[in-house]
Amino acid sequence: MSVKTLKIDGIDVAIAEDATILQAAREAGVPIPTLCHLDGVTDIGACRLCMVEIAGTPRLFPACVTQVAEGMEVSTNTPKLQDYRRMVVELLFAEGNHVCSFCVANGNCELQDVAIEVGMDHSRFPYRFPDRQVDISHPLFGIDHNRCILCTRCVRVCDEIEGAHVWDVAQRGENCYIVSGLNQPWGAVDACTSCGKCVDACPTGSIFRKGETTGEKERDRNKLEFLVRAREKKEWTR
Amino acid sequence: MDITELHEIAKQERDRRKPTQIRCCTAAGCLSSGSAAVRDGLEAAVQQTGLEAEVKVCSVGCMRFCGRGPLVEVDPSSTLYEQVTPDDAPSIIAALKGGTATATKGDPNHPFLTRQMPIVLENSGKIDPERIEEYIAAGGYEPLYHVLTEMTPTEVIEEVTKSGLRGRGGGGYPTGLKWATVAKMPPGQKYVICNADEGDPGAFMDRSVLESDPHRVLEGMAIAGYAIGADRGFIYIRAEYPLAIKHLQKAIQQAKKYELLGSQIFGSGFDFKVDIRIGAGAFVCGEETALMHSIQGERGIPRPRPPYPAESGLWGCPTLINNVETYANIAPIIRNGGDWYASIGTEKSKGTKVFALTGKIENTGLIEVPMGTTLRQIVEEMGGGVPNGGKVKGVQTGGPSGGCIPAAFFDTPVDYESLQKLGTMMGSGGMIVMDEETSMVEIAQFYMEFCRDESCGKCIPCRAGTVQLHALLNKIVNRQATQKDLEQLEALCYMVKEMSLCGLGQTAPNPVLSTLKYFKQEYLELLQSPVEDNGKVTVSQSS
Repeated sequence: MSVKTLKIDGIDVAIAEDATILQAAREAGVPIPTLCHLDGVTDIGACRLCMVEIAGTPRLFPACVTQVAEGMEVSTNTPKLQDYRRMVVELLFAEGNHVCSFCVANGNCELQDVAIEVGMDHSRFPYRFPDRQVDISHPLFGIDHNRCILCTRCVRVCDEIEGAHVWDVAQRGENCYIVSGLNQPWGAVDACTSCGKCVDACPTGSIFRKGETTGEKERDRNKLEFLVRAREKKEWTR
Repeated sequence: MDITELHEIAKQERDRRKPTQIRCCTAAGCLSSGSAAVRDGLEAAVQQTGLEAEVKVCSVGCMRFCGRGPLVEVDPSSTLYEQVTPDDAPSIIAALKGGTATATKGDPNHPFLTRQMPIVLENSGKIDPERIEEYIAAGGYEPLYHVLTEMTPTEVIEEVTKSGLRGRGGGGYPTGLKWATVAKMPPGQKYVICNADEGDPGAFMDRSVLESDPHRVLEGMAIAGYAIGADRGFIYIRAEYPLAIKHLQKAIQQAKKYELLGSQIFGSGFDFKVDIRIGAGAFVCGEETALMHSIQGERGIPRPRPPYPAESGLWGCPTLINNVETYANIAPIIRNGGDWYASIGTEKSKGTKVFALTGKIENTGLIEVPMGTTLRQIVEEMGGGVPNGGKVKGVQTGGPSGGCIPAAFFDTPVDYESLQKLGTMMGSGGMIVMDEETSMVEIAQFYMEFCRDESCGKCIPCRAGTVQLHALLNKIVNRQATQKDLEQLEALCYMVKEMSLCGLGQTAPNPVLSTLKYFKQEYLELLQSPVEDNGKVTVSQSS
């Protein structure tokens, strides 16, 4: 396998040619905010937070799905990107009903983290206050669509790792929501194995364990990596 | 099927032609104003007068002057009748024998018709789209024979490259280059897709082509399949076009019957099969990656490119995807040569372009003009300007992805580059004329509402950005906005444009940005405390 060298925010990096800019940036220790990216599942380039500038082109590129190239000069944190990222996070907060003070993920929420990272202390866009549902029909878990940012991590983790494909996206545009089974209550979906990977994958408090209260949600993120390793290398203990 | 059989079909078709043809447009436009009854009336009148031996009433495709339908043309006298009713039918037949027709006579020498250069539409309004024999009699499928028996795939691509043809879906990517890219991918399963998911409000070019001359598109696809090494094609067409779907289905059936589609076409080693896939009403499925997901039976959402379809398309195979009008240009290019095609148009945009001329304009309909025709010629000469002596304010091109061009720029020749320079785009060919009464802010509001409804919801800038942009435009239209809202509108436009995943989001702000560029005063006048334009951007200061 060939190796490419590139510069990320002035830092030289050498990395395998099939790597993405995001992987190269992590190797170089350059932080790039992400939300839809989750190690272990396919990247979809949807949240647009990881957009970066590449010298020689006026376009912006999603770092998670853009392959590195020899001599590439990447800027990850220009004033324009900072400005746009903040707007993206504001749009996310304005389109759902995100109330940290009584959310299970308070203090343990990637949306909150990203808001802090991009310096978003309030939304300049008016809140939409959409009318969204909560589904607690599953015996162990619940999904609160008010807190959903439609990153589709749950969809991908259930489909690609568990192989159950309980989740998908219904409707379009602002009316999109995460749908379980054939638009059934989650508890009525036979395909669900109650493995809880979606709970661990969810960046916000949208998919949670029943019984957890404000700020109590903790995730077992290492479980994904463990499962992949277990399957590939037959190491079934940890 | 071999070439002598093809010629025999053409000859038989010509022999059975009657001395007088009465052509009645039964494409969607005229059909919706009652042309089926007109055709039946004409047929009954022919029977009553006992003229069956010399007069034939034919159902044909679009005759262009859609605003004046139902249209009836009498050949060979080239008499054109407009807004014909079934009651007019007996008199039209009587007029053949010296009577007087009660129907309004159209002017066959009207600039709307004479300024056109039909290449894509050469058979439109002339042949019956539901009879393959008429297409063959008009020289159809001979280019395919020529390609399969006398040309190598490389030679076909060279001819298309030489023609300078560019993608007619709006992007303007060189067609020859696209074909060459797919052809150069390693051998194996490859696909040809025809994008017939025409969704721009006010655009009906592709619909007319498919309704009026479906075989031309099939032939173009087959030639493309041979050139790139694909044996399967898909036509992705929106469900809102039932007549086009019907004509396509019939055309595929007939072409299969004559072995012009299927295995070993013209005795060559080339197989080509075409299937129709019907869209379920999502505008975003016109975006190529969403379209392919939809064909595969998945949710129609775009994915980031690269990889481009040429490398990894349908089911991961190299895929060629072109628009209806692009394929419709292929047979004439093969018949007359790439040099002939390249002699038409401007330096960088060759050939002709079909536009759907609509809005506040006297002559509504379909036009095909050489690239480089000025907007003034289109709007004023062909279109006849605004009805009742109104003044033209601008033209909207490119649908929700395009922008408004103010009347001050009407001497601009229409081609890909010049439209882009004006902040709009060729788009698929919708051209909506606006008069002085039209509020440009409301136009922007309309298009933003359209994009908001049609956003697939995958990426945040488009999903949530269009909602906020639409809300801001509503606020402005309702005179509740401040200068600050206007600034936020502009800033958000640039963010959505640069950060969105696919073409829908990336171009959704264009109608706002272009009206802000040319008609800022209209926005300022609607603010809570209206302000005068500081003169930085006005139409008169064109640069």
